[in-house]
Amino acid sequence: MTIHRRGLLAGAAATTLPFASLRAQQANTLRLGVLTDMSGPYRDPTGPGSAICTQQAVMEFASRLGVQAEVIQADHQNRPDVGSNIARQWYDQGVDVIVDVPTSSVALAISQIAREKNKLFLNSGAATSDLTGSACSPNTVHWTYDTYMLAKGTGAALTRAGGDTWFFITADYAFGHALQRDTSSFVEQGGGRVLGSARYPFPQTTDFSSYLVQAQASRAKVLGLANAGTDTANCIKQAREFGLTRNMRIAGLLMSFMEVHSLSLDTAQGLLLTESFYWDLNDRTRAFSQRVQPRMPNRAMPAQVQAGCYSATVHYLKAAGALGAAAAKADARAVAERMKSMETDDDAFGTGRIRPDGRKIHPTYLFQVKTPRESRGTWDYYNIAATNPAEEAFRPMAEGNCPLVRG
Amino acid sequence: MDEIFGIPAPLLFGQLLLGLINGAFYALLSLGLAVIFGMLNVINFTHGAQFMLGAFVAWAMLNFLGLGYWWALLLAPIVVGLFGVLLERTMISQLYKLDHLYGLLLTFGVGLIVEGLVRNEFGSSGLPYRIPTELTGAWDLGFMFMPVYRGWVVIVALVACIATWLVIEKTKIGSYLRAATENPALVQAFGINVPRMMTLTYGAGVALAAFAGVLAAPIYSVNPQMGSNLIIIVFAVVVIGGMGSILGSVVTGFGLGIIEGLTKVFYPEASATVIFVVMAIVLLLRPAGLFGRA
Repeated sequence: MTIHRRGLLAGAAATTLPFASLRAQQANTLRLGVLTDMSGPYRDPTGPGSAICTQQAVMEFASRLGVQAEVIQADHQNRPDVGSNIARQWYDQGVDVIVDVPTSSVALAISQIAREKNKLFLNSGAATSDLTGSACSPNTVHWTYDTYMLAKGTGAALTRAGGDTWFFITADYAFGHALQRDTSSFVEQGGGRVLGSARYPFPQTTDFSSYLVQAQASRAKVLGLANAGTDTANCIKQAREFGLTRNMRIAGLLMSFMEVHSLSLDTAQGLLLTESFYWDLNDRTRAFSQRVQPRMPNRAMPAQVQAGCYSATVHYLKAAGALGAAAAKADARAVAERMKSMETDDDAFGTGRIRPDGRKIHPTYLFQVKTPRESRGTWDYYNIAATNPAEEAFRPMAEGNCPLVRG
Repeated sequence: MDEIFGIPAPLLFGQLLLGLINGAFYALLSLGLAVIFGMLNVINFTHGAQFMLGAFVAWAMLNFLGLGYWWALLLAPIVVGLFGVLLERTMISQLYKLDHLYGLLLTFGVGLIVEGLVRNEFGSSGLPYRIPTELTGAWDLGFMFMPVYRGWVVIVALVACIATWLVIEKTKIGSYLRAATENPALVQAFGINVPRMMTLTYGAGVALAAFAGVLAAPIYSVNPQMGSNLIIIVFAVVVIGGMGSILGSVVTGFGLGIIEGLTKVFYPEASATVIFVVMAIVLLLRPAGLFGRA
């Protein structure tokens, strides 16, 4: 068969026509871009699962609230330059809100861009407390956790329980620094001391034995891991190997149950960690998790960041529905204001609110990892050791130095 | 003497020992690369992925077939080596007549694809793999706590390095290989099947990577990116040692492990960079590497 150029051109024109009319119809469609780590160390607790949970919120709520919404996704490779390029392109092409964005350095860059272009940024995956502190923005809402809340949840609890000397192994970038800083301040407030720390190059490090031996030599009672994802898993695995667990407690300062899953309960049992969501907390979290689980990669239960994407999207859709899609698309700052004025309520996070500095607040939980004997099966990993009420779990607004709420 | 450069001596000895252990992995991985480059003139960028596959095959053998660590140490290199043979036969062998760069691009691409496929199937956070019961526990050396398994890794790596060197330098088949690298046409004229030898050499180099992967599985998180984190350093090791030099890659592997270990004590932030600083200096002073022939 021969193909003529004219035929090809006609065919191409014919295929673009339906899209053109579709575009007209979709002028008022809310567009959500999930920008996340699809290929690196944070993929499992964020990544495709974040996109699926965002879609779940759209599936459940968009038509009920009378709005049309679509979800697109991309990989930022944990690099601020890659993330910024995609964010600019998306916002310029009509994406209204960027969701998730783990990796603090990328999140800080995107928060700036969202403000510059008056678009919305719903962060779930990044941890730096600066997003609602010195770098806060009227266009950014920080949903799931932050370094202050993690530090307070785990750091203060361990110091109170007698772990008054600490050594940190810290990922050498914005997030690790912030987590170490925030935890240190709780340790010192509790009368404890920080005996030392080692900053390792991120993400090129796989062997932590050198830092673990330094930690051991410091004779601190607690080893604070100011890192996340596979780095944390590697540290814990190797800490057991080097016998650190015999005389030190290990505090995984940002751990999700994905890391516990990858370590297996054998290695992870007894660890204390802070999260703001766990699938088996109550009837609502169980209902949400069972709805979304069949679509998750490897049929995993949703992790806290992924559940945060769901919760944030539900609340965004409610605010956009109340304002009307056209108004919501026109002014992201107005949507953010609206979101802050409404109480949040969804299956994953229950009820809560967003403060004027952009911080979403809700209770947080100190979990202890179960022993293999206690666990009833895959995904049954945690006992609740303590609950921090919403108003106490996060940094008080006055201490954050956020220019939006100062004075 | 209690302190050396302001660092307590026991801590320093501990770090030297740990450097040696990490050096064992560098040596084992760069050995495979050096064998492949020395004989085939292919810069094998799939090496990291093949290292990772070794660890994943060990995991799969345990979970699907019930075969433990010792079986994996034997069988995983063979399985991954066969994958290497297939890769060489179907793709790499087409590129021998072209510039090195084509082989590099092909193997780099294959590495990315393999890594992506594994990530899609198993996720990124890793799979659990335990130290075999025979090798659990640790020795208290006085200045540090030395896990038995790490000692095992150093010994096995040294044995593998010496064995490879002996095969290539001291056996008949090794002499054929070296001859084929110098002048394949002449060796073929003597009735030796050079293409088959190339295929087997590539398979053996890949098997070495997988062997290192199985050794790494109990101590590093078994995840898809475990190879790509190591491979860049290992390439620097090969370049510093002299491309294709087996002795060079082994000595440099252990040496750089120690330099890196010391950097982790004095200035941990630079520990990923120090190897490349050494590489730049070596390239300026001896462009063919420490043990390479110009």
